Amino acid sequence: MSAPTADRAPSWYEASARARLAALLDRASFTEFLGPAARETSPHLPLFDLPRAFDDGIVVGRGTLDDRPVLAAAQEGRFMGGAFGEVHAAKLTGLLRAAAELRPAAVLILFDTGGVRLQEANAGETAISEIMRAIVEVRRAGVPVVGLVGGRAGAYGGGGLIAGTCARLVVSEQGRIAVSGPEVIETNHGVEEFDSKDRALVWRTMGGKHRALTGGADAYAADTAEAFRAAALRLIDRAPAFDLETMRAEQARLEARLERHGTAGDAPDIWSALGVPESGRVSALGDDAFAELLASSGDSHDAR
Amino acid sequence: MDRLQFSHETPRALGGGRDQAILGVVASGNLEVLMERVLEPDRCEIEITTPLGGYDAVWEAVIADFVERAAPGGVRISINDGGAQPDTVMLRLLQAARMMEGQS
Amino acid sequence: MSEGETGPEALSARRQAGAAMADGKIVAATEATALLEAVIRPGDRVCIEGDNQKQADCLARALAGCDPARVNGLHMVQSGVVLPEHLDIFEIGIADRLDYSYSGPQGARVARMMGEGSLTVGAVHTYLELFARYFVDLTPQVALVVAVSADRDGNLYTGPNTEDTPTVVEATAFKNGLVVAQVNEIVEKVPRVDIPGDRVHFVVEADKPFYVEPLFTRDPGAVTETQILMAMMALKGIYGEYGVTRLNHGIGFGTAAIELILPTYGERLGLKGKVASHWALNPHPSLIPAVESGWVSQVHCFGSEVGMEAYVGARPDIFFTGPDGSLRSNRAFCQTAGLYACDMFIGSTLQVDLQGNSSTVTTGRVAGFGGAPNMGSDPHGRRHPSPAWLKAAEEASDGTDERLMRRGRKLVVQIVETFAEGMAPTFVEELDAVRLARNAGLDLAPVMIYGDDVTHILTEEGIANLLLCRTAQEREQAIRGVAGYTEIGRGRDRAMVAQLRERGVIRRPEDLGIDVLDADRSLLAARSMKDLVHWSGGLYDPPARFRNW
Repeated sequence: MSAPTADRAPSWYEASARARLAALLDRASFTEFLGPAARETSPHLPLFDLPRAFDDGIVVGRGTLDDRPVLAAAQEGRFMGGAFGEVHAAKLTGLLRAAAELRPAAVLILFDTGGVRLQEANAGETAISEIMRAIVEVRRAGVPVVGLVGGRAGAYGGGGLIAGTCARLVVSEQGRIAVSGPEVIETNHGVEEFDSKDRALVWRTMGGKHRALTGGADAYAADTAEAFRAAALRLIDRAPAFDLETMRAEQARLEARLERHGTAGDAPDIWSALGVPESGRVSALGDDAFAELLASSGDSHDAR
Repeated sequence: MDRLQFSHETPRALGGGRDQAILGVVASGNLEVLMERVLEPDRCEIEITTPLGGYDAVWEAVIADFVERAAPGGVRISINDGGAQPDTVMLRLLQAARMMEGQS
Repeated sequence: MSEGETGPEALSARRQAGAAMADGKIVAATEATALLEAVIRPGDRVCIEGDNQKQADCLARALAGCDPARVNGLHMVQSGVVLPEHLDIFEIGIADRLDYSYSGPQGARVARMMGEGSLTVGAVHTYLELFARYFVDLTPQVALVVAVSADRDGNLYTGPNTEDTPTVVEATAFKNGLVVAQVNEIVEKVPRVDIPGDRVHFVVEADKPFYVEPLFTRDPGAVTETQILMAMMALKGIYGEYGVTRLNHGIGFGTAAIELILPTYGERLGLKGKVASHWALNPHPSLIPAVESGWVSQVHCFGSEVGMEAYVGARPDIFFTGPDGSLRSNRAFCQTAGLYACDMFIGSTLQVDLQGNSSTVTTGRVAGFGGAPNMGSDPHGRRHPSPAWLKAAEEASDGTDERLMRRGRKLVVQIVETFAEGMAPTFVEELDAVRLARNAGLDLAPVMIYGDDVTHILTEEGIANLLLCRTAQEREQAIRGVAGYTEIGRGRDRAMVAQLRERGVIRRPEDLGIDVLDADRSLLAARSMKDLVHWSGGLYDPPARFRNW
C-alpha cells in the first residue's frame, strides 16, 4: 500500500498569505508595498467593534519568478474570510495600476476570499469593479494576470468575478471558484436544490477538479507552493492575447459548453459527457492520476 | 475593542538582525503580532487591541512571563487579538521573537 | 411487577399478540407501531438500542407513534438518549422513567425535562454498569434492537457496528423477554450470524438504513499547534517513560494529535514497537497512519466508525473481523478490555478541580457518562502485573510498604488545554457538576473521573505527575502549577511549584527537552482528511461533511 511519507512540502491550503508568497517566488525576492508597519488598516471595522489587521488581509509587492520580475498579491483567507474591504481592495487596485505602467513579466493574484466584506460593502463592491477594470488595463498592456486558487476561502463572490477576468487560472483540488457560495445558493433556492453542508457536493460543483475539467481553470496544481509555481510559470508564457478575437472565441466556447451540459443533473454527468471514464471516481483520484486524466480529456481551451 | 498597554524594562536587547517581524492572523482564537526594533535596547513596549474585555490580569501575566523569558529589549510589540487563548498568545510571541532573532 | 409479565407465559402472549402483524417473524415498517402496541404492556421495562454510535431509529419512531392510551408508564432502559423520539415518548406519556448512560446531543433537553419533572431519571450510569444492571435488576421485558440484515428465521447480521446488541439480546431473550429487531434488509442468508435467530422474535424491515454517528472522526486539519505540543509531551513524558503498550484514547483532538504524530515524532523518539501497540479503541481514522507505519499490533473496538468499514476489513491482521470480512465490535467486551487489560487511559474533559476531579457537566447540560469513567478508573480487581502498572504504583509509594503487597496503578491521564473556547477556564475551584447536584438534590455529583484515579494532568504548560505528590497540598500545587493563566493557575504558590518542578512532579516542555516552537503541524503524519484517505490506500471513505474534495 503506497502511503504518504511523513515529511512533505508545506500545504498551500494551510499556509498563510505571506508564507505562500515566500514559497512561490524566488527565494527572498519579495518586497512588500505598504507592509504591516505602515498600519494602513480598515477605517470601517472599528465602527462595528471588530478587530483590524495591520495589512487589512492582503499582502502586495514585487518579486521575481524564475528571475523574471513580477508583481504579486496574496489574500489572507483567515482574516475576515479574505474578504475585500476598502483598503484591502485599494492595495490590489494600486498594484494592478502600477503593473500597467511597469509592465512586469506577470501579475500573480493569490486568491483566498469569500467576496466583499459585508461591513464595507459599498466600498468593496465598487472596488471589485475597479479591480476588474484595472486587470483589463494590465492585460491590454500585454501583461498576463494569473490567478492562483487553492486557499481556505476559495475565490467566491467578487473574488470569483475577478478570477474570471484573469488571463489564466491555476487551481488545486482544495480551491473553489464560484460567484454565489454554497450557503447563498441554499438560502435562495432551498436545501433540496443545494445542500451546503454536503461538502462532497460543494467540491464537485465548485472545486478545483471540476473547474479544471470544464475549462473554468487552465491548470491543476497539487496542494504545494512548488506545484503552483510550476503551473504559474507554464501559464505566463501561454497567456492569450487580449483582443476581440479572444473574447469571441471564449464567448463561443461558453455557449457551446452551456448547450452541451446545461441539462446535466450533477457534475459527474458532465465529466462523463467529456469522456472521463469512471466519472464517479474522479473525486477520489490522487493529484498525479487526475493530472493524467486531465491531459487526456477535459474541456481544454485557449480562449480566455 | 479594549486597548491595553504595557511597558517593561529588559536586561538586554533582543538578539538577531531583523528590524521587523509579523506573525499570526487575526482570526477567531488567533492573533497577529508585529514586532518592530524601534526602542532603546532596555525597553519593551506592548500594545494590545482585543475584542474580549476583562482579561487585563491575564494579559499582564502573559506579557510579564514573555518578557522574562525572551528579554525582547528594543522592541515595540503590537498585537491585534482575535480572542486567542493565553497559550496561543505566548506561542505567537515566542515565534515572532525567534523571527526577529533570525537573519535580516 | 407481577410474575405473569416476566414468566414464559408472558412471552408467549406477547408473541401471539404480535403474530397478527407479522409474516412469520417479518413485519413491514408500516406495521411497526401496531406491532409495538401489541407486544408492549403498560409499565413494561423496555430497552431501545442506541448509544453514541448506532441507533434503532425506525423503532424509536414507531414507539413514539404508539397510542399513549395503549402503551404507557414504560420504564426505559437504554445506553443512549440521543434521538428526539427518545425524549418525545416521555412528553406524550408513553414512558415515565429512565435509566441510561449517555445523552450527548440531547443533554440540554434532558436537563430541562428533569427540571420540569416530565422525566424521572433512576440513575445515569456508565455503559458497563448499565449493562450489568440489565442482568440484575433492570432486565428488559421488551428489547428493540438494530442490525444490518436478517434472514427469515431472525438470524441477525449487525455488520461492523455490533456494539450493544449481543448484550441487550442476552439480557432480554434469556429472561422471557421479547426481542424486536429493525434491519436495513431481509436477505436469504446473512453474511455472518451475530445474533442467533431463536433469540429474535420479530424483524422489522426499516424504511431507511439506521443512523450511525461518526463520533470518532477528527479532521487533522483542525489540530492546533498547542494540541501538537501536548501530544509531544504525552509521548515523551508518559508513553515513553512508562512504556505504555496497552491503552485506550478518548475522542478529543489532543489524543487525535498523539495518534497523528506516532509515525513522525514517535518514530524520532525511537518508541516504535515499545509503546501504543495494543488498543481498546474504536477504529479512529486518525490512527490509520500509525497502523500503516507498523506501530499497531491489535485493536479491539466498541463499535465501528462511519467510512472505516473497507479499511478495517482490509486489515484483519490488526482488527477483529468476522468470516464475512467485516469488523466485529462489542461494547461490553471492549469496555471490559479497557478497564482490565489497558495500562493507560488518556482523554480530555471540560472541568478539573483542585483535587483533580473532572466532569463534562456544564450548566444546563446533562451529557451522561458513556464509557469514560470505566476507562478512566483504576480497577481494584486487576491482578496481572505489567511494567507500566507496577511503575505507576512504585511512584505512588513512599517506599515503606512491602513491595510484594503493592498493588499496581492504572495510568489515568487528563489531557486538557487550560482554557476552552470562549476563554472558559478548564481549572475551577468547584465543578459545575457539584453545583448541579446540590441544586437538584442529587445523592451523587456527576463526576466523570475522580481525582483519586487520576495519575497525570497534562496541559500546554506541562505535566503534573500526581503519583509523586505526597500531601494534599502538594497535589493542589501540582495542579495549579500546570493550570496556566487561569485563576487557579495564577493563584499558585510559586516557590512550591518551583520545588515540585525540581522533584519532577511538574515537568515543563523544556524539562522534557521539547522546544515549544517545534510543535508544528508539519509533525502530523496526516494534515487533512484527504491525507488519511491516501494513507488508507483509498479505502477510508469519510462522510461528506468531513470532505473538501
